[in-house]
Order: sequence, then C-alpha cells, then structure tokens
Amino acid sequence: MGPSPGAAAISCRALSKRYADVVALDALDLEVPTGSVFGFLGPNGAGKTTTLRLLTSLARATGGDATVAGVPVGDGEPNRRGLIGYLDQDPRFHGWMTARDLLDLVGRLYRMTDADRRSRINEALETVGLADASRRPIGGFSGGMRQRLGIAQAILNRPPILLLDEPVSSLDPEGRVDMLAVIRRLGDASTVLFSTHILTDAERVCDRVAILDHGRLVTTGPMDELLERYARPVYRLEPEDGQAAAVARLTEALRSAAWARSVEETPGGLRVAVTGVADAGRELLAMVTAQGVALLAFERQRPTLEDVFLQLVGRNAHDPGAAA
Amino acid sequence: MIGLGTMLRKELLEQWRTRRLVVVAIVFGAIGIGSPLLARYTPELVKALAGDQFQIVLPPPTAAEAVDQFLKNVGQAGVLTAILLAMGSVAVEKERGTAALLLTKPVSRAAFLLAKLLTIGSTLLIGLLVAAIGGYAYTAILFEALPAAGWSAMAGLLLLALIGYASLTFVGSAVSRSSLAAAAIGIGAMIVLAVVSALPGIGPFTPGGLNVPGAAMALGKDPGAIIGPVLVNLIGVSFVFGVAWLAFRRQEL
Repeated sequence: MGPSPGAAAISCRALSKRYADVVALDALDLEVPTGSVFGFLGPNGAGKTTTLRLLTSLARATGGDATVAGVPVGDGEPNRRGLIGYLDQDPRFHGWMTARDLLDLVGRLYRMTDADRRSRINEALETVGLADASRRPIGGFSGGMRQRLGIAQAILNRPPILLLDEPVSSLDPEGRVDMLAVIRRLGDASTVLFSTHILTDAERVCDRVAILDHGRLVTTGPMDELLERYARPVYRLEPEDGQAAAVARLTEALRSAAWARSVEETPGGLRVAVTGVADAGRELLAMVTAQGVALLAFERQRPTLEDVFLQLVGRNAHDPGAAA
Repeated sequence: MIGLGTMLRKELLEQWRTRRLVVVAIVFGAIGIGSPLLARYTPELVKALAGDQFQIVLPPPTAAEAVDQFLKNVGQAGVLTAILLAMGSVAVEKERGTAALLLTKPVSRAAFLLAKLLTIGSTLLIGLLVAAIGGYAYTAILFEALPAAGWSAMAGLLLLALIGYASLTFVGSAVSRSSLAAAAIGIGAMIVLAVVSALPGIGPFTPGGLNVPGAAMALGKDPGAIIGPVLVNLIGVSFVFGVAWLAFRRQEL
C-alpha cells in the first residue's frame, strides 16, 4: 500500500521532540509530496535525524503527530506494513551475517516468496555494487560498504517511502556519484526523504528541500523556487597575478557600492554577492576598469543551494560540520 | 505476533554461527560428565591429599551424591551460563543499533523479545540435554543406573529454573542499554533468590527450590508437591517477560 497520487507521502503537524530541557524538534509542520526526492538540510542539531527517528517510531514524539502514507507513525504501524525503507546515518548490522544473510532476513520479514526474495536480493546487491562481497561477513565491511548495504536493505521490498539519513556520507567520491544516481532513480518509484550535510548532493538529486535550524523549519519548497527566492546573484572575478594593490582598491570600492551585499576574497579571486543584478551588471566592470585591474575571468555564477543555506541559516556552509 | 518465526530463525542461526550453542553444549557436557566423576573420586582425592598423616574416614560415595553434585554444578556454572546468554541479548542489539535496523521492519517488539527468550530457552535446553545424557551415563557407569524418567524430570525442572534466572537477566537487558547492568540484575536476582530459597514456605517456589523435588525424582523417590512450584515458576517467567515487554514496548532506540 502506498500513498495515493497527489497526497502527501509524509505529513508532520506540530511534530515536536523534547529531551529534558533540550528542544530537538519544535513544532515541525512539513508535507513531503508523493513522488518527490526531498532533501532535508540543516546544521548540526537542527533536528533532521530526530525527525527521521520519529517517522520510523524509533523515538516518540512529545507533541504533534505525523503520518506516513496516511498511517499514523506513533505505534510503528507504517514499519509493520512495509511502507518505509529506512537507512540509519551510521548503519550497523550483525557482524556474523553476510550481506546475503541480512537481505534474506529482511526479505523473510517482508514475507517475500523464495524466488522473489532471491531475485530481489541479487538485484539490490547489484544496485549498490556489493554483489562480489555478498558472501563475506559484514563484520569485515568498511563504513562505505555498510552504507551501501544499508541502502540495499532499505530498498529490498521496494517501499513507497524511503527515509535515508545521510545515505552517502561514508562513500568515496565515485561511490557517492553512483549512489546519488541510485537515489535519483529510486525517486521514480518511491518518495525519498533524505538528510544530507552535503548541499551539492541535495542539489544534484532533490526536487524539493526543507531547511531546519535549531529544531525549527526555516523554509521548504521546490528547489528552483528556493533558488529563485533566496539565492542572491554572485559574480566571480579572477584577477591576473601581481596586482595586489589594485585588487585591494577594487575590493574597497566594491564594498562601498550600494548593490554589493558582500565581497569575499577567495583563493581564486573575488566573490561578489549582489542585491541588484541590473545595477551590478552595469557598474561592476566599470569599477574594475576604473581601478585598473586586469581580469583572467569574470562570470555571473548560478545561485546554489549553498547560497540559499547561507542566506537562511547564516553560517559558513564550507565548514564540514556546519550543515550536518 | 508479527515476524516471530523469522526472528526465531535469525536468533537460532546466530546461536549456531557465533558458536554460542557449541560453547554452551561443551560447558553443560563438562557439568554432566564431571559431576558423577567428582562425586565418585572426591573421597579418594581427599585421602590422597591428606597423605599418611591424617586418618580420614569417608563413607563410600553413592548415586545420591552424584545427583547432588550435578544439581550443585548446574546451579552454579549452569546459572552463570544462563545469565551470560541473557545479559546481552537485548542490550547489545540496542547498543549496536541492530535493534533499530530490525524494528523498522515488519516485526513487533513483542516478537523481537519473545524470539530472543525462546532462543535462550532452546540453547539451555540443548545444553541441559547434553548434561543430562552425560550425567546419566556416567552415574550409571560409576554408581548405578537411576530411573531414566526421574532423571529426565529432574532435567526438566532444572531447565525451568535456568530459564527463570535467564528471564530475570533478560528483563535487565530489555530495560537497560548495558549488558553489564543486565548481568548485575541477573546476579543480584540469583543472590536474592538463593537467600529466599532457604525460607520455609517460600523456598520451594523459587527456581533453586526446584532442586529438592528434582533430586528426589532422579533417585526414584516421591518428589512431594511439585505442581505448585512448577506453576509458580512458569507464571514467574511469563510475568518477567511481560515486564520486559512493557519496558521495551515504548523504549526509544
């Protein structure tokens, strides 16, 4: 059973979680549309993992309620009906099992027939690239292999809703690209809600995102809409070498311009965030010329999710821990 | 109970693959064979150790002493084995995160717990079977053949007692996140029950109290009132399981 088309696959109403004096999740109202690949972003302690744990009934809400495919989550019923495929942020398995043993156990729990179970296990192992290691004890698996296996067990029964907590955080760059492509494909058949601290990953696969901060929803919406609404245009200027004094003068001049929101000196040159594209487009190059700076490159950068994130959460998203 | 059969299969497979079953069988096998041997040769060992300086007069050992030794050894090494089996059964899965993995699947928490307790019971059953066969055979070889039915009944009572101790540790494992805390609860319960078992009126209804009718049955004697203590222990195990379930039912993982 899956959510009906057009209905929200996941719905949270004033969902809250408090641990003693700490508010981990503060009255979250969230709708995840059926069929979307939904990115869940936020700094450390924003409440992303807490939300996923509440949706899987691994934790109990202290307020509000939530439904998965229309089924209330409080009593773990969506798990029992096989509506959810879940990947923990640090997936752990029984070390004495092989990958195939684990998937066989999961398949049996979903009451798959022997033939169906065999074919789906092979398919899942192929999908996550673990076919060659399928008969090795999981105890010897690396973090990346465990994460791949975690994805395999989550997708084995082809659930209508997938909850993936940091699904590619332990993978190498190549593995990350592979798994993101898998997640994108899974979005064709399932609703995928996944948290990540890597904004480019979310940008690559998500059609909608939500940003949390301090347990509160900051914003949510289609990716394009958020980029349009929040991301301010950015120009990148790469001066030729040996013009330190001229570049310093240019930086000062840009900082005093009314349309310049910020001017950042980066290893590659200057990054100028602007508020008015029309004014900036007209005056920026004139200022470069006036200061006598020769440029190697000049471009108007496409707004990114990182810009949106910085705008809304106001922290340095380059910091590896900032968006976890 | 959703997922019980599959979880039971997983638990039994785990006992086999992690060699716990083999270790338990070896421990109980040693108890079974060692108990009559100890009963038979202890007097001779004592005499040999005393040498010629002391004159120690010991009565010739009997099958009753083999039975006592067997009960004593199961009551010590067997109970410790039961506690070891139960202490990490739930706590370790919670600590490692594997409980969270399984309980986001179509498995009820009651099935998750019951599969574990049934598996502990099955492992103890196999262990006691090995011990009972070994003990019976060696008692027959070294002393005399005792009634097989009585010996089996004694083993059944011992199994019930061991499951009783294991279930007390099991509830500790379900309540806490630490196997050491669970073991402490199990050992604490064992000590309390050992004290209580000495009390008249209450003693026969404790797990340790089952030893007295067990010994009588093994020797072909009248065990006295046995139904009451058996029922109390069965109800006790069910009650303790209920407590474990109530504690685990709404626990965050």
